[in-house]
Amino acid sequence: MATVIIPTPLRKFTGNTAKLQVSGATIEESFKTLSTDFPDLKKHLFDEQGNIRSFVNIFVGDDDIRDLQNEKTTLSNDAVISIVPAIAGGLS
Amino acid sequence: MIIIEPEAKRIMLEDALLAYPDECCGFLLGVENGSERIISTSLVVNNAKEGDKKRRFEIAAKDYVKAERFADENNLSLLGVYHSHPDHPAVPSEHDRVAAQPFFSYVIVSVINKNISAIRSWQLNEQNRFEEEKLKGYQFV
Repeated sequence: MATVIIPTPLRKFTGNTAKLQVSGATIEESFKTLSTDFPDLKKHLFDEQGNIRSFVNIFVGDDDIRDLQNEKTTLSNDAVISIVPAIAGGLS
Repeated sequence: MIIIEPEAKRIMLEDALLAYPDECCGFLLGVENGSERIISTSLVVNNAKEGDKKRRFEIAAKDYVKAERFADENNLSLLGVYHSHPDHPAVPSEHDRVAAQPFFSYVIVSVINKNISAIRSWQLNEQNRFEEEKLKGYQFV
């Protein structure tokens, strides 16, 4: 099973757990499992169309999934998935 | 309530003044004690926004990962983000709100004419709206 590293702001939706083991052959499958196990996490990961939110970056190892196969990126058993919130803002 | 210890405050304000008229940004780390957040460390981060840094900030993913690692290694919690609003009030914009994460304290430093004008802190509520968080001692400097 892959390991998912949960960023600090989302840990309140995973019972304060920072690292989770999750099954799934792809990012899409593992994130569906994650959303089922932690339903409050779902709205912070996916938009209303079910796509990964634009302010959420997902890395497998050191690689952004946008540089791999996005949600279809396949996962090895020892894959480490990091959810990295995009931090941005500024004047209107 | 959020308390920013003097050294963490000094680093944050110095960053805001040095970056002026651009926006600065960084992370706030410390400990949570019940409903109190005590910030002991400010980590200055490069504003990675391409283009108009006078009105926007962005933190690169690698800097975010570094901050989480720093917190972990130093037994601290990553509790928030600071940024400056050059020549504007310390009030979050719609752009700030859309990009904001739950849980984090968003400290905004208003810099008017190269002087610190105000420091205020904000947090998203359950309705995804910003609510002001009491900032001990330093609301206006």
